[in-house]
Amino acid sequence: MRVFISSVYLFLYAPIALVVLFSFNAGRSASEFTGFSTAWYGKALGNTFLVAALENSLMIAFTSAALAAIFGTMAALGMERLGTRTRAVFDALFAAAIVVPGVVIGIATLVALVAVFSFVNPALATIWPGDQPPQLGLGYGSIIAAHGLFSMALVTMIVKARIASLGRDIVEASSDLYATPLTTFRLIVLPQILPSILAGFLLAFTFSFDDFIIAFFVAGSKTTLPIYVFASIRRGVTPEINAIATLVLVASLLLILTARVLMREKKSKSGE
Amino acid sequence: MQAAMKTKRNLVTAALVAPAAAWLTVFLVLPFIAMLVFAFGERAPEGGYQAAFTFAQFANLPTRAAAFWNTLVLAPAGALLCLLVAYPVAYYLAVKANPRYRLILVSLVVVPFWTSLLVRTYAWMYILGSRGIPNLLAMIGIEDVRMLNTPGAVLLGIVYGYLPLMIMPIYVSLEKLDRRLLEASADLGAKPVSTFFGVTLPLSLPGVMTGVALVTILLLGEYLIPQLLGGGKVFFIGNALVDLFLQSRNWPFGSAIAVTLVAVVVVVLMVAMRIAWKVAGTRQVDLV
Repeated sequence: MRVFISSVYLFLYAPIALVVLFSFNAGRSASEFTGFSTAWYGKALGNTFLVAALENSLMIAFTSAALAAIFGTMAALGMERLGTRTRAVFDALFAAAIVVPGVVIGIATLVALVAVFSFVNPALATIWPGDQPPQLGLGYGSIIAAHGLFSMALVTMIVKARIASLGRDIVEASSDLYATPLTTFRLIVLPQILPSILAGFLLAFTFSFDDFIIAFFVAGSKTTLPIYVFASIRRGVTPEINAIATLVLVASLLLILTARVLMREKKSKSGE
Repeated sequence: MQAAMKTKRNLVTAALVAPAAAWLTVFLVLPFIAMLVFAFGERAPEGGYQAAFTFAQFANLPTRAAAFWNTLVLAPAGALLCLLVAYPVAYYLAVKANPRYRLILVSLVVVPFWTSLLVRTYAWMYILGSRGIPNLLAMIGIEDVRMLNTPGAVLLGIVYGYLPLMIMPIYVSLEKLDRRLLEASADLGAKPVSTFFGVTLPLSLPGVMTGVALVTILLLGEYLIPQLLGGGKVFFIGNALVDLFLQSRNWPFGSAIAVTLVAVVVVVLMVAMRIAWKVAGTRQVDLV
């Protein structure tokens, strides 16, 4: 049993270790380690296409996760107050946003947006006073919207679970003591659900930062980091890709660890 | 006064859910309707979509039978293989592991799932590629072993990528298991093996069901693993969709396939819930 368990852990981590190891390879080879060097990191960070893709990814992940955290939390709070039937509709839609494969979300968003653009752009052109009317197109907005959909569902689920385990008596006590609903929210509810909101934000950020397939469909001419890495892999694996991959791994890892610490804090508090 | 307060309450509620409702409508409901409309349309001569009402796209589905076949065979097969590897790990973590290290060991299982699947999968391209294991095998005299771009490579990638997601629900259901039941079983003279098959395994079935259903559903829409490890030879519906939308620009046919894929996901989900219901009796099983 011990041997089996150890080999599973080895199986899980060996490929990751290999990528990290070869990112420090001095030579170009992807199969022979010829010496330690950080040169490929310098090369990766000096690559303007790569840095632009990284910036795009960070911006998109931050925006979609922030919007998802705000709207998802609002939805979680609001759904508490809804009638059973309306709440069931919301629950079903949020579940759909999570269960429908990313590839389909990407396609559906692409198809719908292109349909909208083909209708709006000519209309815009006729009413635009200047010579060059703005053209709506795929890009940052469509990726943020498509990522935000899944992320919002994720945040709503996490925050809803937290709200469900929240003590109602303190909220009632607060209003019995004549606190306004807003004060009660600010002083009683928000501090308790904040770790869940932050955890949701970080998970959403990681999802968006790592997502390839949805962005692949709706990115238009924009490039995110996973799209860049995917394109590079097809040209052949180099230590530079390993260096980028290692950076991506470290970034996701830090975010997830933070999210987990926040979720654990939530658990220990509710255990009091 | 009462009525005014009620109206205010309703307004606040509406304001809270309005952004989410708008987002879900504009970026989930409407796109899905658009996709359905596209599925009954025709491919425009220059690519894209042309309005029509025809069932031709759905009639064409058999031309992509290979993608459907691969997906519907390899996704469940991958999920079952995952289960075979995951169960002992979950059992060890929940029952056997030293409680002091349990949390660390569980976290170590989850961490890979939350790191980039793209990066983790491409590591296998390397290991299975001609300069990886086949190269090592050649050194000891076993020549011409091809590993990459085979169904086996795709299955390996699936097990690797989704193992953590299979371990977690099983671990959770085993951890909740009442130890006194195991003691009672032993006290009544059952051998460890009979206790396992008579008590532990049946009680962990909800977790097993959740894991298999989760992994299967996610795999139905998989793109990266078959693309990188199947190399265009072992492809899934996801790969067919990327091809149809981004290369051949046959959007109506792609939409028809996407609609069918969602139908398959819904059917799998319903079957899984039905089985889960039976297995768990009246206990609630969360699939999502």
